Amino acid sequence: MSTLTEKVPVFTGLAPLPEARGRAGFGGALRSEWTKIRSVRSTVWSLIALIAVSVGMISLMLAMRMGDWNQLSPARQHELAADPLGVYFPIAIGLGQLAMVVLGVMTVTSEYTTGMIRSTLQAQPRRMIVMTAKIVVFSVVAAIVGQIVAFGSFFATQQIVKAHITMTLSEPGYLRSVVGGGLYLAVIGLFSLAMGGILRHTAGAITAVAAIVMVLGNMTELLPSSWGAHVHAWWPSIAGAYVYTPSVDPGQLLTPWQGFAVLSGWTALLLAVAYVLLKRRDA
Amino acid sequence: MIEAVGLSKRYGDKLAVDRLSFSVKPGQVTGFLGPNGAGKSTTMRMILGLDAPTSGTVTVNGKPFRQAAHPLREVGALLDAKAVHGGRSAYNHLLCLAQTNNLPKKRVDEVLALVGLGAVAKKRSKGFSLGMGQRLGIAAALLGDPKVLMFDEPVNGLDPEGILWIRNLMKALAAEGRTVFVSSHLMSEMENTADHLIVIGRGKLVADCTVQEFIDNNSELSIRVRTPQFEQLGAVLTGKGGAVRADGEDALVVTKLGMAEIGDLAFDNQIRVHELSPIQASLEQAFMELTKDSVEYHAAVPAAKEAAA
Repeated sequence: MSTLTEKVPVFTGLAPLPEARGRAGFGGALRSEWTKIRSVRSTVWSLIALIAVSVGMISLMLAMRMGDWNQLSPARQHELAADPLGVYFPIAIGLGQLAMVVLGVMTVTSEYTTGMIRSTLQAQPRRMIVMTAKIVVFSVVAAIVGQIVAFGSFFATQQIVKAHITMTLSEPGYLRSVVGGGLYLAVIGLFSLAMGGILRHTAGAITAVAAIVMVLGNMTELLPSSWGAHVHAWWPSIAGAYVYTPSVDPGQLLTPWQGFAVLSGWTALLLAVAYVLLKRRDA
Repeated sequence: MIEAVGLSKRYGDKLAVDRLSFSVKPGQVTGFLGPNGAGKSTTMRMILGLDAPTSGTVTVNGKPFRQAAHPLREVGALLDAKAVHGGRSAYNHLLCLAQTNNLPKKRVDEVLALVGLGAVAKKRSKGFSLGMGQRLGIAAALLGDPKVLMFDEPVNGLDPEGILWIRNLMKALAAEGRTVFVSSHLMSEMENTADHLIVIGRGKLVADCTVQEFIDNNSELSIRVRTPQFEQLGAVLTGKGGAVRADGEDALVVTKLGMAEIGDLAFDNQIRVHELSPIQASLEQAFMELTKDSVEYHAAVPAAKEAAA
């Protein structure tokens, strides 16, 4: 039809748009997802909470312990001096991950609970592009915040113990634990994002991840015999925890980085399921 | 141009859309009518690829929507005003949509001004009234200067001024040569806005015609005759094949006979006529008539309750 090939006049009051070039693709999707993540207060607050809770908690608990330094038994003093990071750093990461779980889940589920997904997929109906852009933007934000939390916790520890203990990143396993702790937070966030994509329901996805990470993981320790030990070691949160724990137990079935790889594998699997479901389901 | 061929959507054992074929042409407002639950929204969602059809195909400007190079330049749609993250400002909501299609930032300010939300651009949409939400949705639809516009129940929640505004907007968009496809269950609204109608009931196509054809085909023109000799006239008209019922003490409502015929018959039989006027059937009546068998959810009839009591 000839009328279709003619330039459609622009609606009164609007300046003409520049000519369309190429095809709307990944670059635009990335910019869009970055706008989405930074323009919602809850995201910003979750990130601040994550940093404050992790770094604040480790500082508070450690400061209380160090304040009683002279009352501690020599054995306890020796234990603390031998591995000052190992006492509270894993707790900081373990607590901080809660905010990361919420953030990861909400990155996807807020689209569904608000109905925004219909606007999103109307602007870019190629769903794989949308999902990939979401994952990339979230990964970058989570990786940066994860490292801030990890290094923040390390330096807070260093300052608090320095009156009695000298602690540097060159202690065995320390640099690996700190960098690994930041990476763990980022990957557990992606794990949560994938769960959000699968369940499309905020409370459901947070509950599912919290159950996997905080409850079921510890329960696997109670499983009998050697296969129980394997289930335990390969459980996402348990395997992932090896990378941010400075000491390595000689009986550990996985090395710290193997453990991190196992968590990443689980995450990749969940993301794959989320992709397939996003492609197949009605929005 | 929107073209649907044999479009069907099944949810479980319920066929929400049943082999719909239609085309929506540019340069006019096409009303998409049907009672609640008739499948209008589902059809629009399939046009946009939000829902996958169980069978059949639908194209926008000749190709499936997901193949559009710049989707916002092809179709602007207001499906529901709630497709917004309430924690995000109106400006940022539109910005994140504009960015996906590489549209300039200043376009966001322009469409916000156009729909009258310029002053609340930085406010979170959570606090918006239904009407403001609707305007935000329309702003989003206009972002990409699209060739095709779809509005699902756009006047919901708008005040009379807002209704007039969107009615004029739709007409203006169609006058510019765009395809405008607007759903409603309010026939009276379509009567004032649409040029063409696609009517569905229980997922099936019921009518695809102009507004005037729709009225002509689906409603009989009634004529009101006021006469002091109404029993006499009634007998004459009935004798000539008219359907007659009394309307008060001195008037008749006649169908199946034309106005000229009635006048001539009265003259021939020396019957005085004080008034002869057509009762124009509204679109509402025609629509009710047509879809009365296909209404999904019937309201309980109050009379039945009274009888039971």
